[in-house]
Amino acid sequence: MLVRFLLASSLWFGIVYTTRASDTTKIQTPAGFSTSIIADDLGNARHIAAAPNGVLFIKLERLKNGKGILRLEDNNKDGIYETITGFGNFGGTGIAVKNGYLYASSNSEVYRYRLNDKFEVLDADKPELIVTGLVNKNQHESKSITLDNAGNLYINVGAPSNACQVADRTKGSPGQDPCPILETAGGIWRFRANKLNQSYSEGTHYATGLRNVVGLDWNSAINELFVMQHGRDQLAQLYPDLYNDKQSAELPAEEMFMIKEGSNCGWPYCYYDGQQKKKVLAPEYGGDGKKEDRCANMQKPVVAFPAHMAPNALLFYTGDKFPARYKNGAFIAFHGSWNRAPLKQEGYLVAFVPFSNGQPSGEWEIFANGFAGVAEVKSPRDAKHRPCGLTQGADGAIYVADDVKGTIYRITYNN
Amino acid sequence: MLRLFTARIIWPLLLILVVLLPMGINAVAGKKVSVNGQPLPKGSMERGKKVFEATCLTCHQADGSGVPRLNPPLIKSDYVTGDPVYLINILLKGLNDEIEVNGEYYGNPMPAQVQLSDQEIADVLTYVRNNFENKAKAITPAQVTAERKKLK
Repeated sequence: MLVRFLLASSLWFGIVYTTRASDTTKIQTPAGFSTSIIADDLGNARHIAAAPNGVLFIKLERLKNGKGILRLEDNNKDGIYETITGFGNFGGTGIAVKNGYLYASSNSEVYRYRLNDKFEVLDADKPELIVTGLVNKNQHESKSITLDNAGNLYINVGAPSNACQVADRTKGSPGQDPCPILETAGGIWRFRANKLNQSYSEGTHYATGLRNVVGLDWNSAINELFVMQHGRDQLAQLYPDLYNDKQSAELPAEEMFMIKEGSNCGWPYCYYDGQQKKKVLAPEYGGDGKKEDRCANMQKPVVAFPAHMAPNALLFYTGDKFPARYKNGAFIAFHGSWNRAPLKQEGYLVAFVPFSNGQPSGEWEIFANGFAGVAEVKSPRDAKHRPCGLTQGADGAIYVADDVKGTIYRITYNN
Repeated sequence: MLRLFTARIIWPLLLILVVLLPMGINAVAGKKVSVNGQPLPKGSMERGKKVFEATCLTCHQADGSGVPRLNPPLIKSDYVTGDPVYLINILLKGLNDEIEVNGEYYGNPMPAQVQLSDQEIADVLTYVRNNFENKAKAITPAQVTAERKKLK
């Protein structure tokens, strides 16, 4: 393996890259699955998308060698993606391949690149601008994207705020009611996938009350949008009379929603308490940890996960290379927490939820773990890798992108 | 053989003692020493630690290592040990711009902490400047008062 890595130097605009061989982080998966590293040291690899011919595209959060998107190919089919080219002069998170185009987002725009039949990018310096002018204020700024099968593009616009207080994350500052942030952020917007220069006025405000969604995916089995919300932070710090450190580390749940046009998921007025199994009023709006008030009418999650684990990617598995129970189920890449401090951090893993008829059919479970590479993550900086992107390859394997070092994992089922 | 043993073992031990002794004296006297040997104001580290735990810890983490790409670290950081006026103003005004620390960028906005008293700000900054592998002069409540006046 070591030799293979050393040999697998990749050419990237003339710079010879040697894949890091020292990375021995062991990934634990259920029996029958195995994990390999197919590329490494790529930069802050956020989301990842696969083309039907096996080519992978990766969006970098920050430019590396002046490039924000990478195209990876395994020409000699040895399992190492040795041919890496870069393009795109913007950092960001979202990336998707659809109908002969590569879509990629900065923190305020969505572009698309024309692809040829080898899924090579044409006019790499001249992408088409599809959506522009989205809110980007240095907090929850990722613009994750997914596309349906009817020519629509869905974009998350995260709220640049924790709980819409007058002064963000400030003890004693009240919640704004109504929250003005919701007019242009804190929700999902839908645009046409093939129309240029769209902004809010050309888009549809598809769903609201979503604090920050990084992971979202179109569920083709039932043609519905599913999203993963990052729940609010700092309950104990802002309201020490209502919450202790342990409660603050375990509240609120990270939520998976099935989104319909017009969905309201409750942020900032409400959060979901996974123990009481209900939406409760946020303390900024007069909540005491139990009161439901207006939250009784807000949309409920289809799955509730432990708090603060930061779900950064969602993937519905449609392949046939995993055992049958995984078919049409949801994989979720959790980036790992920071808001559980002073308690230890959790969630640097990939989870799985079985689905049947488009709805969860069992409890969530840990699918792949060990990315952090340490027994205990006290502070997020301890984590050597953090799952951030997920895609299903043409080979039926799933690929996980790590945004600490830019390590790309392939998880296969060996039968 | 014994002589050799004595020379090899005893001298280094003595050396360690000589080095440790002044530190021990300080520990006994209960003094905490900042840069230039100036003692830190009495009780400031203890009070500052309390403010840190209640206000700063979640984002900057218990070990001051911050959160990669979101919240900047406080460990061995120039902006922490540098200009007191800059640091005081981060607490009074917050910070909405991306900041570069030790070659990495951090983007999450820092909320202003105007609800803290001048004494609390002085204490927590003194604590941060003399913890997390930092060593720098204490910050006084008078310095904070002076900067707070300029806000209006």
